Amino acid sequence: MDFLNDIPWMLIAASLAKTLFLIFGVVLPIVSYTVYAERRVSALIQDRLGPNRTGFPISLFGFEKDLQLFLGGLGQPVADAMKFLLKEEFTPAHVNKFYFWLAPVLAMVPALSTLAVLPFGNFLFGQKMVVADVNVGILYVFAVASVGVYGIVLAGWSSNSKYPFLGSIRASSQMISYELSLGLSAVPVLMIIGNLNLSEAIQYQIDNGWLLLPFTDGKLTLRELFLWIPVFVSFIIFTISMFAETNRLPFDLPESETELVAGYHTEYSAMKFALFFLGEYAAMIAGSSIIVVLFLGGWHVPFLPINTLESSTTPAGIALGFLHITAFFAKVVGILIFFIWVRWTLPRFRFDQLMKLGWLYLFEIALVNIFITAAILAWVK
Amino acid sequence: MSPILFWLFTALMLAFGVSVILNRDPVASALSLVASFLCLASLFVGLDAFFIGVIQILVYAGAVMVLFLFIIMLLDLKAEKRRSFNEFALVGGAAVSALFVAGLLKVLSVFPAGAQPFPALGVAKLDDVRLVGITLFTRFNLPFQTVGVLVLVASIGVIVLSRRQLK
Repeated sequence: MDFLNDIPWMLIAASLAKTLFLIFGVVLPIVSYTVYAERRVSALIQDRLGPNRTGFPISLFGFEKDLQLFLGGLGQPVADAMKFLLKEEFTPAHVNKFYFWLAPVLAMVPALSTLAVLPFGNFLFGQKMVVADVNVGILYVFAVASVGVYGIVLAGWSSNSKYPFLGSIRASSQMISYELSLGLSAVPVLMIIGNLNLSEAIQYQIDNGWLLLPFTDGKLTLRELFLWIPVFVSFIIFTISMFAETNRLPFDLPESETELVAGYHTEYSAMKFALFFLGEYAAMIAGSSIIVVLFLGGWHVPFLPINTLESSTTPAGIALGFLHITAFFAKVVGILIFFIWVRWTLPRFRFDQLMKLGWLYLFEIALVNIFITAAILAWVK
Repeated sequence: MSPILFWLFTALMLAFGVSVILNRDPVASALSLVASFLCLASLFVGLDAFFIGVIQILVYAGAVMVLFLFIIMLLDLKAEKRRSFNEFALVGGAAVSALFVAGLLKVLSVFPAGAQPFPALGVAKLDDVRLVGITLFTRFNLPFQTVGVLVLVASIGVIVLSRRQLK
C-alpha cells in the first residue's frame, strides 16, 4: 500500500476544510441573504416595505412569538429555501430529460469552482486562506466562468420551447461577446502587477496601495497618479462586463420578463430553478470577489498590521486573520449592494444596443487602454 | 502527479473520446468532446503545467466548443440521429487506428530514451506563464508576430466574406 503514503492527506484535509468553510460557511449564506437584500433594497427604492415579517420560527418550540432580529424578515431566505426543497419536482413531458436535469448542475458548478483560487484572507491557524494558490489565478477564473455558458445553452435547448431557446441564444452570444472586454480590461491591471497569481496581486497592492485607491499605502507618487487613469477605465469596463457576464440588469436580456417570460429557465421549477438562481448569485459573488482582488486590495485593511504564517496561531494573529476574512467579504458585499442598486435604477438595454456597446465601445476602449498603460509603464518612472 | 488521479483522468478522457464517435446525437458528441477536453486539462494541471491546462479549457472548452454546440443546436440535426453505422467506414476506421498504434509502438520500441524516466527538473516550482512569455517574445518573436498578423487577416477575411453573402 505504498501509494497511500504518497497521498498528501494533510493538504487534502486542509483544502476540504477551506472549501467547506468558503462554500457553506460564507458564500451560500451570502447568496441567500443577497436575495433578501435584493428584495429589501428594491422595496426601499420603490418606496415599499419588502419582506419584513418572516422571523425565525422559534414558536415551533413553545415560544410565544417568532424571533425577529434587526430589520425583520431575516427568516425569509430560510423559508424560501424550504419552499424550493419541498415543492414538486416537475419535469415537463416535451423536454429532453437528461440535458434538462444536467443543465442546472452545469450552471451551478462553474460558479462555485471559480472560488477555488480566490485569496479570501491572509493566514489563519497556519493556513493560507486560499484553496488553490495557482500561478494562473485570473486565467483560471476566466476559463471556468466561460464553461458556465453550457448550463444556460443546454437549459434553453433541452426545454424544447421557443422562449427558453431564444433566451439561451441571447445569453450565450452576450456572454461570449463580453468575455472579450472582460479579459482585455483585466490586462492593464495584470501588466501593472506583473503576475497572474491573485495572492501576488494583493501583495502588490499591500506594498503600493490599492490600484483603485493608490493612497492606501500612505503615499502617492506621480507614477501611481498616471496609472490611476487606465486603472479606472479598466475598472469601469470590467464592472460593466461583469454585469453582462452574470446576466444582471441592465443586461438581463436572456431572462427579460416582458419579452421571454423568464428566458432560459421558463420550464424549470422547484430546486432545479433554485440551482439556476443560486448559480447566478454565486457568479455575482465570484465576479465581485475578482473586482475586490484586482482593484480594491483584496483582504487588505489599510494601516493595519499583517499577520504572517508564524504569527497566525497566536490569539492576536487569529483575530487579525478573521478580521482580514471579514474585510474581504465586507468589500464583496459592498459591490453586491452596488449590483442591486444598479438593477433597480437603470432600465433594460435593447439587444442591439447591448451588442453595440460590447463590440463597438468597450472592446475598443479596453484595447486602447492596454497601449496607454504600456506607454505609462515604459516612460513614467 | 498522483498515479490514481492520472489513471482516473486518462480513463475518463478516453471514455469520453470514444463516446464522441459512438454517440449518434451530435449534441451528446459535442458535450463528450468538451468533457474529454476538461479531462485533458486536468492531466496538464497534474503535470504542473497550469498555463496549458487553463488555456485548454479557456480556448477549446470555453470558446470553440460553445460555438460548435450553438450551431448544432440551431441546425437541429434529426437526420443525423437516425443514421446507423456504416460497416465499411467502421472497419476502415478501426484499421487506420490499429495501424497508427502499431506504428507508434514500433517507433517507441526502437527509441531507447523513451523507456527512461525524464530527469528531475531540479527546481521546486516553475513559473510556466513567465517562461512561455519569455520564450515566445525572445526566441520565437518573428513567428509569433507573423501568426498574429495571419489571425488578423483571417478574421478580417471572415467579416468580408459574411458581408458579401448578405448582399
